[in-house]
Amino acid sequence: MAKADGHILRVQGLKTYFPIRRGVFSRIRGWVRAVDGVDLDIPRGQTVGLVGESGCGKTTLGRTLLRLIPATAGTAWFEDELIFSANRRRMRQLRRQMQIIFQDPVGSLNPRMTVQTIVGEPLKVHGLAHGRALRQRVVNLLEQVGLSPGYLNRYPHEFSGGQRQRIGIARALALEPKFIICDEPVSALDVSIQSQILNLLADLQDALGLSYLFIAHNLAVVEHFCGEVAVMYLGQIVERAGSEDLYRNPVHPYTKTLLSAVPIPDPRTKTACQAPVGDVSDTSGPFTGCPFHPRCSLAQDQCRQECPQLREIGPGHFVACWRTE
Amino acid sequence: MNDLLQIRGLCTEFRTEDGLVRAVDGVSWQVNPGRTLGIVGESGCGKSVSALSVMGLIPKPSGEIVGGQVWFKGQDLLKLTERQIREIRGNEIAMIFQEPMTSLNPVFTVGNQIVEAIKLHQKLRTRDAWDLAVESLQRVGVPSAAERVYAYPHQLSGGMRQRVMIAMALSCHPAVLIADEPTTALDVTIQAQILELLRRLQAGERMALVLITHDLAVIAQIAHTVAVMYASRIVEYTSVEALFDQPLHPYTQGLFRSLPRLGQKKRRLDAIGGTVPNPLAFPSGCKFHPRCPLGCDDKRCQSVEPNLRLIRPGHVLACFKAAGYEDSPPCDIPTQAPTEVSNG
Ligand SMILES: Nc1ncnc2c1ncn2[C@@H]1O[C@H](COP(=O)(O)OP(=O)(O)O)[C@@H](O)[C@H]1O
Ligand SMILES: Nc1ncnc2c1ncn2[C@@H]1O[C@H](COP(=O)(O)OP(=O)(O)O)[C@@H](O)[C@H]1O
Ligand SMILES: [Mg+2]
Ligand SMILES: [Mg+2]
Repeated sequence: MAKADGHILRVQGLKTYFPIRRGVFSRIRGWVRAVDGVDLDIPRGQTVGLVGESGCGKTTLGRTLLRLIPATAGTAWFEDELIFSANRRRMRQLRRQMQIIFQDPVGSLNPRMTVQTIVGEPLKVHGLAHGRALRQRVVNLLEQVGLSPGYLNRYPHEFSGGQRQRIGIARALALEPKFIICDEPVSALDVSIQSQILNLLADLQDALGLSYLFIAHNLAVVEHFCGEVAVMYLGQIVERAGSEDLYRNPVHPYTKTLLSAVPIPDPRTKTACQAPVGDVSDTSGPFTGCPFHPRCSLAQDQCRQECPQLREIGPGHFVACWRTE
Repeated sequence: MNDLLQIRGLCTEFRTEDGLVRAVDGVSWQVNPGRTLGIVGESGCGKSVSALSVMGLIPKPSGEIVGGQVWFKGQDLLKLTERQIREIRGNEIAMIFQEPMTSLNPVFTVGNQIVEAIKLHQKLRTRDAWDLAVESLQRVGVPSAAERVYAYPHQLSGGMRQRVMIAMALSCHPAVLIADEPTTALDVTIQAQILELLRRLQAGERMALVLITHDLAVIAQIAHTVAVMYASRIVEYTSVEALFDQPLHPYTQGLFRSLPRLGQKKRRLDAIGGTVPNPLAFPSGCKFHPRCPLGCDDKRCQSVEPNLRLIRPGHVLACFKAAGYEDSPPCDIPTQAPTEVSNG
């Protein structure tokens, strides 16, 4: 299969490992397999959700795609271009088209820069505008994300969390990207502000034809926002399906666990959580078999020995689980 | 006063560089054995400060409780000396926080810290205190507790650290546990386990629980009564069923509408416009009026702050726009008859 095949992004066999060392100069003792063989397609103009517990590798996957972290193995096409083998000049071009919005709107904005500098910086770096044109472009961007142009000379600390996230979005939009990785963009925000930001992202997508990889741990938010959802566990995609299909008919035991843990906003229906006791397992140790087997109530010998691959069990519905064979 | 813990008309202020912040403005609530009060509201509305006021943990001299009472077992905690408060804090009223890492000491093992907490209030030999520490870790579902007592906080996951905090808080069998966003920083799977744990412990020990959260779904799962806070005040306070069946305050209604729910097929969410107000520049009148679909153009909402009234049996509300508000008697705690309200 060549190129992205009409998708905005196609990822195949992606691995990102981090070395584990005891001291700074000591030998490598092992690897954290943060992303461990991920295949993912993102259709043009659509949103693919990526969910999973913290530490399962969502952020690492996103940052690897932008080459903020080197990939260990695998390929990724952005349209017709191989991301990981692009030379510096091409990568500069690619960076304009692929942007990221971070979870933490406080930590990701330089506290000593004004809004104008923050939002205008990418334009300046890429030599796309300066002087009066730059200022006008920043004003337009602020209006696009619902901020008053009167804020140009203010500093990040003068804004609420939701407003800071809007600044982060304006900065990401500055270079007119086609694809944006939204890394938990509303997790740190208040409920009433979350919906404002989600609506803004939806409106921008409609107006600008953007494609999103939407990383989150709130499954209710993802369902509503994404056409397709991938569930990640310990560096691997264990289930992927259209969002309605996934939520109605979850197949992987981990997906079922996650969905059953979402608190139900109804005092007369208590959540019957099937969450297994314990946390995400340690990624660093050498393990064999299915990554979920230590927490899985259905695990058998085969699950402990061989790692299952994603298999299509229905139109567009993929699962990696021996017990669904 | 038969209630276990009742706060009345609590007012807490902070002097900041930019001016005086009234973080809690006339807040009243109560909680009884075996019951859970949920306090819900957005960041900065005064949830934590009201809890810290009860615990006598308001940082001095910048912060000060300027009014109200905190009745616990018939005595006003605000009238006690620091020494007397220390007897109650951690022993009879315990508190757990959102980020357990900040309240655990990184250089001591968790066992050490639980033992310290126990010995603060109980005269026990160290050996027995260690046994109690292991037991309390087991009680909150920490696997292989006998080994984990020797772990340092950083060696535990977020969920395990929160369990350790709960174990520490419960080691003295408090009558009241105040849990301030105990699951906000955790994954949903871990959150479900912690909520289940709190529910089980509470039912088993008839503990009174005050659970602070910004998440209405968490409230639905664990609370019996709910106080909704907005801009330093309670704006609605009733049973969890009444609140979810028919929220009456436009702010509460907005919160419900903006809640993403599983199974909801709608691309755009209803959002409450505007932002949470800055306590240094609270709006006049009803503090919600600039964001309120009903009150934004109403002269009275703009100029007069509504007090809490008993709008229906067991349901108190502060909103001029609610049908029947005018004729309802003032009342700030819904389970009480309106005549019991003291003027203060
Ligand atoms: N720079 C790094 N060096 C070493 N390990 C890392 C680094 N970044 C992330 N990890 C590890 O990789 C795993 C995945 O982390 P991350 O991608 O942040 O997960 P998520 O975003 O799903 O919470 C975790 O075990 C984390 O500790
Ligand atoms: N130590 C402090 N000094 C000054 N202001 C404070 C302090 N603690 C809290 N506040 C202010 O009091 C208000 C209520 O805060 P808090 O109770 O923490 O809100 P939340 O509902 O998010 O828990 C906020 O405006 C906050 O900025
Ligand atoms: Mg992350
Ligand atoms: Mg708080």
